[in-house]
Amino acid sequence: MTGTTQAPSPPTGGRGSGEGGTRDPGYNFAYLDESTKRMIRRAILKAVAIPGHQVPFGSREMPLPYGWGTGGIQVTAAILGPADVLKVIDQGADDTTNAVSIRAFFRRVAGVATTERTAEATVIQTRHRIPERALHEDQVLVYQVPIPEPLMRLEPRIAETKRLHAMADYGLMHVKLYEDIARHGHIATSYNYPVMVNGRYLMSPSPIPAFDNPKMDRMPALQLFGAGREKRIYAVPPYTPVRSLDFEDHPFRPIRAQHPCTLCGSTDSYLDEVLTDDVGGRIFVCSDTDWCGERQQAKAAVE
Amino acid sequence: MYVATKGGEQAIGAAHAWLDEIRRGDPAQPAIDVAQIEDQLGLAVDRVMAEGSCHDRGLAALAVKQARGDLIEAAFLLRAYRTTLPRFGASAPLDTARMAIRRRISATYKDLPGGQVLGPTFDYTHRLLDFRLAAGDAVPPPAPTAMPDPAPSPRVTELLAREGLMQREVDAGAEPGDLTRAPLAFPADRPLRLQALARGDEGFLLGLGYSTQRGYGNNHPFVGEIRVGDVAVEFTPPELGFPVEIGEIGVTECQMVNQFTGSRTEPPQFTRGYGLVFGHAERKAMSMALVDRSLRAGELGEDTTAPAQDQEFVLYHCDNVEATGFVEHLKLPHYVDFQSELENVRTMRETALKAAGE
Amino acid sequence: MAETRFPGFADPVLDAQAGFRAVLEAMSRPGRVRRVPAPPEVPPGLSPAAAAVLLALVDADTRLRIAAGAEAEAWVRFHCGCPVVAEGADFVLDPAAALLSLEAGTEEEPERGATLLLEVAALAEAPGWVLTGPGIRARHRLRVEGAPAGFLADWAASRARFPRGVDVILCAGDRIAALPRSVRIEEG
Repeated sequence: MTGTTQAPSPPTGGRGSGEGGTRDPGYNFAYLDESTKRMIRRAILKAVAIPGHQVPFGSREMPLPYGWGTGGIQVTAAILGPADVLKVIDQGADDTTNAVSIRAFFRRVAGVATTERTAEATVIQTRHRIPERALHEDQVLVYQVPIPEPLMRLEPRIAETKRLHAMADYGLMHVKLYEDIARHGHIATSYNYPVMVNGRYLMSPSPIPAFDNPKMDRMPALQLFGAGREKRIYAVPPYTPVRSLDFEDHPFRPIRAQHPCTLCGSTDSYLDEVLTDDVGGRIFVCSDTDWCGERQQAKAAVE
Repeated sequence: MYVATKGGEQAIGAAHAWLDEIRRGDPAQPAIDVAQIEDQLGLAVDRVMAEGSCHDRGLAALAVKQARGDLIEAAFLLRAYRTTLPRFGASAPLDTARMAIRRRISATYKDLPGGQVLGPTFDYTHRLLDFRLAAGDAVPPPAPTAMPDPAPSPRVTELLAREGLMQREVDAGAEPGDLTRAPLAFPADRPLRLQALARGDEGFLLGLGYSTQRGYGNNHPFVGEIRVGDVAVEFTPPELGFPVEIGEIGVTECQMVNQFTGSRTEPPQFTRGYGLVFGHAERKAMSMALVDRSLRAGELGEDTTAPAQDQEFVLYHCDNVEATGFVEHLKLPHYVDFQSELENVRTMRETALKAAGE
Repeated sequence: MAETRFPGFADPVLDAQAGFRAVLEAMSRPGRVRRVPAPPEVPPGLSPAAAAVLLALVDADTRLRIAAGAEAEAWVRFHCGCPVVAEGADFVLDPAAALLSLEAGTEEEPERGATLLLEVAALAEAPGWVLTGPGIRARHRLRVEGAPAGFLADWAASRARFPRGVDVILCAGDRIAALPRSVRIEEG
């Protein structure tokens, strides 16, 4: 047997910030043992072959808690190679605490180069956003997914939702959206907005804002989705049609705060609302920090 | 001008330094030794081993120390360590009939072969705070000892089964699944259910077990037997082809005897709820046995109406490492989602206010 | 345990990663031809590409159906430690395997469909087949020399079962191309 499992020294809980480029020799490359990687890799390949279908996988306990990106981390660990350049974002930003922690984890266990620049990354792990900059063919976008089952809020039983997917019976979701329209005059889902992949599978895009949904459609980059606690992997291959569910008379309309970014002036990026005082003062800034930084630099160069 | 907050990495580093400091506590106090935790907080160690799904008292004690006594955090540390270990194979099933017994009680028979052995138990202690422990904790005089009863201690359920009164468990012969390797699928068979319950959260199972006693899926349980002690672990190395003993582990086993009124295919008899837990963990083993039996309702042709009878509900929610991760992930930033909800609620308010004004 | 004189990957960890990424690229962009890192020497009966794919993906948890000669079988048993089976295989490397008779999964669990490794004479991104479907912007052209007779008819029949189905990895020399079950293939 060549199940090249190595027994590493006991993990310390994944804290601390490793230096880029030097790998902790106490762990196998990218932390997971080889048989776990093979299992995840096989699941990823089947996910790619059946776009939008959730493939169960033997998710492992990671040294980071379930719900904090263990699915994305396992997918990233299974695909990552020494030549990759990794970017990790949470809420669009590279410097949010959990993104910092995950980036440090991979620097430590894989010794890979990391970047904050979307354009330079070959693998981008994300929570809750798709970068504003259009992704290209040589990139893989890895989503952290809390609840992979788009029907769960409507039908919590996995045995039942499996059956509904098998029959492509998505009436439940259509009824829910229709009730929204009847009550509010429009669809009241603003994030984690369900999509149809290649006209066959209803899929959760993960809790990205609906604003980001159109970016998934026919994206040149491969999109992989990892749900660690729920033990599911799914995928959208490049250039695959991804349609946000809607009705002819109530077309899908992504919501964005109607303001320009205070820092870079962008009028077409997704914005965070930042409270500046306690008497209603607020500004709006790009949630994608790399996008905003690049635009500010370009503006400064012109001036 | 507004500048976005930076320096997450430094802040995390500083938070962890503070955690290290506060974990060690007042330097004027002696540090707790891992060996002391293993020895004197043995039941905490047992719980961490059970829920961490890894039988290693020393590592469990280390986890308790590192986690500052947070036992769910400690179980998580041990689980994360467990997944990095290479797998050599599966042991032979434990033979608890050959257990070196420290405690063994039955609530169904006054006396029985092997006798009732109370062992070290809190039962019948008066729950009065013992202030002597705060004032030095002198070494108590040794407890009286007796010669162990040389008679074997057959399991109570086996005695019933010989009379045909207890449903026999049939070994289907199939290789049992492994929930650490493949995710649960439903309906889950009993080996998988027991695996999930054995590592499940004690508090969650206790609450569910309790609910079955209060009418939410009544199982009419009797404690046929609880036994606590050490059992040998045997493993057959492929190159040898015969089993060798590789060590002993401490376990608690509970067999609940439950009434069953019979079905079309089965005569009236008793049925079994089974609990087996690492270490000394009677509350957990009993709760597990209650829930195991209630999860059998479907296959025994009983109504399945109560939460404790619902496989998906019980098995998807009993794992405290999964549960704590997802509950606690709500602390992570959600401002992107919240922003879209803000815009959404503002739009809906505008529409509603306009409609009210008209 | 089986014995073999042929080696596995020179670097079991990083070659497996590179091999997998090549397969992932191929599966994500059907019809694109990718090079895989081959082991230094392969047993007769196996192309370097097929050997690399097996090393990267097959192990004790996967059932393999293989008909590539005794040396290849001994090699794969030794290096992958996989059970070799006649039916119900997860991975298949058998020129006699009929696409429509392999494990195709169920409507609920289509991921149980097998992966078929098909040894062919040559692969090129050139006119021959026209591929459309997920992973492809407009159309990909793929020339396959030495595909089994009647393959396209079988493929169309297999594809009609979607989401059930079989995914194919074509191997030639040290190059691969993949045909996920979702891809549509026409001549031209």
